[in-house]
Amino acid sequence: MTVETETRPGRHAAPPPGGEGTLMRRTGDWARRAPLLPALIFMIIVTQLPFVVTIIVSFMDWNAYYPDERGFAGIDNFRRVLTDSNTRSAIWVTILLTAGVVLISLVLGLLIALLLDRKFRGRGVVRTMMITPFLVVPVAAALLWKHALYNPSYGLFNGVLKWLFGDNAPQPDWISNQPLWSIIFALVWQWTPFMMLILLAGLQSRPLDVIEAAGIDGANQWEIFRYMTLPHLRQYLELSALLGSIYVVQNFDAVFTITSGGLGTANLPYTIYQTFYTAHDYGRASAAGVIVVIGTILIATFALRSVSTLFREETGR
Amino acid sequence: MSGQITIVTGRKKRGGVLLSGLAWIVGLLFVLPVLWMLLTSFHSEEDAAKNPPDVAAPLTLDGYRSFFDTGPWPSIANSLTASILSTALVILLAFPAAYALSIRPVRKWTDVLFFFLSTKMLPVVAGLLPIYLFAQSVGFLDNIWLLIILYTSMNLPIAVWMLRSFLSEVPVEILEAASVDGANLVRTLRSVVAPVVTPGIASAALICFIFSWNELLFARVLTGTVAQTAPVFLTGFVTSQGLFLAKVCAASIVVSLPVLIAGFAAQDKLVQGLSLGAVK
Repeated sequence: MTVETETRPGRHAAPPPGGEGTLMRRTGDWARRAPLLPALIFMIIVTQLPFVVTIIVSFMDWNAYYPDERGFAGIDNFRRVLTDSNTRSAIWVTILLTAGVVLISLVLGLLIALLLDRKFRGRGVVRTMMITPFLVVPVAAALLWKHALYNPSYGLFNGVLKWLFGDNAPQPDWISNQPLWSIIFALVWQWTPFMMLILLAGLQSRPLDVIEAAGIDGANQWEIFRYMTLPHLRQYLELSALLGSIYVVQNFDAVFTITSGGLGTANLPYTIYQTFYTAHDYGRASAAGVIVVIGTILIATFALRSVSTLFREETGR
Repeated sequence: MSGQITIVTGRKKRGGVLLSGLAWIVGLLFVLPVLWMLLTSFHSEEDAAKNPPDVAAPLTLDGYRSFFDTGPWPSIANSLTASILSTALVILLAFPAAYALSIRPVRKWTDVLFFFLSTKMLPVVAGLLPIYLFAQSVGFLDNIWLLIILYTSMNLPIAVWMLRSFLSEVPVEILEAASVDGANLVRTLRSVVAPVVTPGIASAALICFIFSWNELLFARVLTGTVAQTAPVFLTGFVTSQGLFLAKVCAASIVVSLPVLIAGFAAQDKLVQGLSLGAVK
């Protein structure tokens, strides 16, 4: 597994240098590139170009309410964004929200995947039930949690408390008491199935004969899990954590629906949305966007390194 | 000796039953909110707002009726248009690109592949403002084609990754045989490669459809009354006065239905898609 990149099949290698003339090789290169170009150009125009504009606007004084005062602002926007307590709280909320949702759903997903990795009656049904939360449209899921479950006067949670403890049961206002946790739980409910599906697929791709052999050699369940299953699962854990983070860090639907960013739950996407959509402060929204991107790049560099191990192993096959 | 073995297997069996029971309980807990939403959607508003809840309340279609009275069809049609067309566009662009990254790879193809993935890490919200300003200046706001283009860019990296991983399993011999027979690029793609990767295309299409159907931020900012999608319609739904729980539940069920059906019907495709094709 250490020499994967070198042992790639021959068709992956670039054409041998020399031999035919440079011109012919160049046309060959372009023939290879041609199918790639539409997708690449499309992506550059739609995702990279706007970002260049964002960088430019982030150095400008630009509020749609005061169109005459548009001009160069230097690093003012960045200074204002970074010293703003709202932004700092938004950064913190984004970190808490992402880490909380990804870690909790990863652990739950692993435990449930282990449960579903056994043969038992109705396994297919249980798997289908588990997948359901992921298939509810995120906005609908947020509405469901906010109104049908958390609502203090007619939500299911307080209804169950009344069932259990009678009329004097405590009737907490879940969202006001624990706004961030309310969002985290709703998201964990949606993302646990995602983690579970990838980890279950990982579990089922284990080499069973090796594990049986280990069992015959006297390894106990815990040892098999610790020294065989977990190392095998590592790349699947990394993949699901990375993909989960990519989506949860950008979460807008749940924050927007459940708390509308109130009660200290505004994360960065929501804050930027507000700065731009309600406050119309384009310069500041762009500066915040640039800061988010820089932060994401820092984190993603580490994340990409871990995916690339998975990826090398795959191409080495 | 034999006695010891029966004890061990007996304990194992009991533990097995326990674990199976636990799996069932966990599965039920996860599906319970959805079942609750389904049940509430068939209750009258008065029964839906009762506390403690009245599970045995008479069933009615009033929630669905009052939801459809608010005129959701244009937004559902918009969502269908945006999801289906962007998915088609994604596959159309991703398939040749994946070919150029696996079967006849360009130089530095890994860099290109990671460029695609890195665009997924660029927060959507950072590009939102320029897109808004551009759309505003060319009169492209509240236009479903704007969403189609953006959803395509959102899902293209996923599809490229998935299809590449499928294409790299196409046996070289078939391709060589095809090129010996003098088939050109387009014919090779269509008649030799496509059949082998049809399952991959199906997985990619399923995931792209789901993500486009679910998208809220772009749709919320860039559309108005004309091109509004179903998720945006849902968010504007709760502002009404009075009791609305049954109506909201009915609306959520209706809007989630296409994704639920597609996801249930293609569970294995879902796994392949979610893992970017790393799991087959």
